[in-house]
Amino acid sequence: MNGALAIAPVLIPLAAAAVQVLLGIRLRRLRTGLSFLSCLAMVAVAAMLMMSASDGEGATLVYSLGNWPARFAIVLVVDRLSALMLLLTAVLALAVLPYALGRWQRMGPHFQPLVQLLLVGYNGAFLTGDLFNLFVFFEVLLAASYGLALHGSGARRVGAGLHYIAINLTASMLFLIGVGLIFGVTGTLNMAVLAHLIPGLTGTPRALMHGGAALLGLAFLIKAAVWPVGFWLPRTYSAAIPPVAALFAAMTKLGIYVILRLSLLFFGADAGAASAHFGSEWLLWLGIITLVGGSIGMLGARDLGKLAAYCVLVSSGTLLGAVALHSPAVTAGALAYLVISVLGIAAFFLLAGLVAPREAHDGAAQLEPYDPAIDALFAAEDERRVTSPSPVVILAACFLACGLLLAGLPPLSGFIAKFALLAPMLGHGFGAALLFALAIAAGLCTVIAMARAGIQIFWADEDREFPRVEPGETVSVVALLGICLVLTFVVAAPWNYLAATARQIHAPGHYIHAVTGQATEARP
Amino acid sequence: MEAVLAIAIGALAGSGVWLLLRPRTFQVIIGLTLISYAVNLFIFSIGGLRVGADPVLADGAADLSRYADPLPQALVLTAIVIGFATTALFLVVLLTSRGLAGNDHVDGEDGTP
Repeated sequence: MNGALAIAPVLIPLAAAAVQVLLGIRLRRLRTGLSFLSCLAMVAVAAMLMMSASDGEGATLVYSLGNWPARFAIVLVVDRLSALMLLLTAVLALAVLPYALGRWQRMGPHFQPLVQLLLVGYNGAFLTGDLFNLFVFFEVLLAASYGLALHGSGARRVGAGLHYIAINLTASMLFLIGVGLIFGVTGTLNMAVLAHLIPGLTGTPRALMHGGAALLGLAFLIKAAVWPVGFWLPRTYSAAIPPVAALFAAMTKLGIYVILRLSLLFFGADAGAASAHFGSEWLLWLGIITLVGGSIGMLGARDLGKLAAYCVLVSSGTLLGAVALHSPAVTAGALAYLVISVLGIAAFFLLAGLVAPREAHDGAAQLEPYDPAIDALFAAEDERRVTSPSPVVILAACFLACGLLLAGLPPLSGFIAKFALLAPMLGHGFGAALLFALAIAAGLCTVIAMARAGIQIFWADEDREFPRVEPGETVSVVALLGICLVLTFVVAAPWNYLAATARQIHAPGHYIHAVTGQATEARP
Repeated sequence: MEAVLAIAIGALAGSGVWLLLRPRTFQVIIGLTLISYAVNLFIFSIGGLRVGADPVLADGAADLSRYADPLPQALVLTAIVIGFATTALFLVVLLTSRGLAGNDHVDGEDGTP
């Protein structure tokens, strides 16, 4: 396999965005066609990279830009984990694209190029093997996300966008301070070289390295919207238009991805006694608190967009807690949960945009506050005949599927993923047991919140007028849920891939060896 | 020299954080700018401070300690460009918010009625 293929996921959307900007806003069809081509090409390239990465346990593709040795140059690394994330993002983008064809992309001039630039950022961040390059791709991603979060304008979006940008700029500063500290101590920013050097650090350099890593971690925790630095998320995501929020669903997972990758590379089991599992206790408890906060938020959410945003927090907390356990079996389950939750949450964001009244472009469907006095069960009015026009049936079926996926109930793949995540969790101490219990309780909260929303939207309000649903919008939602449905039946091959991925990232020797070319047995 | 630089970075970062926590959008953007100055100086100084040292290696240079580390300078250049661009973008959003909300409070509404 040619190593240069590794840079294709960055170049394809970058070229597409450049051409789209040059085309101008008049040639909308050409721009849209280009977006489809680019997304299809990305799916194809990601699938090829995935096949080459799964070719044996240690197959890691390394591409050095400019052909400089790894210690100085920027490298792109494709292993099983990055190939998985690339494919997930590409599929997500391709599935969300039809949704935006109609009214959504007309709300502002540059929707398509911004989406392509967002994908440049995603793909680059998944591929890079260098901390500073990671910063650059994060900034590309964020710059595009600022534009997308503000797409459609309006006081609510601009207000939320202002907070979002201020918080992310601050996080970028923390990122840079962390990078600076690490560079000052080790003289390199290449992740594999760093992983090679860390076991040899002692005294003050080790403390500074830990401090730098903690600041980096804080920056990624802000991106992953973990408590107490995640309060920006519900407002921003529920203010953004649905296709944008669906694409953002993968952004918190990018934070989780970086934490997973760096904590296992830098502070894995063989990083020396003083550095092994650095910070994992903190990550576990922060994950647990985020999970609780997200569950409470879900129960109190007053509109569907907020409900979906709190689902993001719940999945983020669960994943962070699972990642912190440093166990290959739990990590494999966490990856399965990550895939399903990205697809399920994206579908839910899209669906929330469809059931909102058409004139209320600015907000998702509103829910009434809970009032036991008027919420009496078995009221006489419940016994009316149900006459549902067919689009509503599709919407309601999709809503049901979303609920099952996000709550992790059988029979859909959400259950399989959650089971794979939770089953190996017991036996890792008190924190893991607590996370186990709370993840199940969060499932219950999801069911309650979704059932309440579903009853109010589809049953209680007879006169609710559903907007006319454009074909592309249905295609997107059905496609995302369809992938989850397929993953319910096709389990063996994806699961084997995920289990091998978890084994691979828990033995970072292959990664370090592939990048630096040095024998890992020589590590002290 | 190290002490002067450290105090400068500390003063910039401290004032930046204080301004960042203020309620007016203009104060927030000035705060972010000050923090980014502090961070850029910090990155610039991580290679060690040297006065009058050549940043680029000449052919056959034997004693590396006589040269300044060029990599932090490259890093800080990138960080300055990115910080500049995002601050400019933030300024546009700030002005839009001012226009839409009618005031310059970060929440879009003044506490005073």
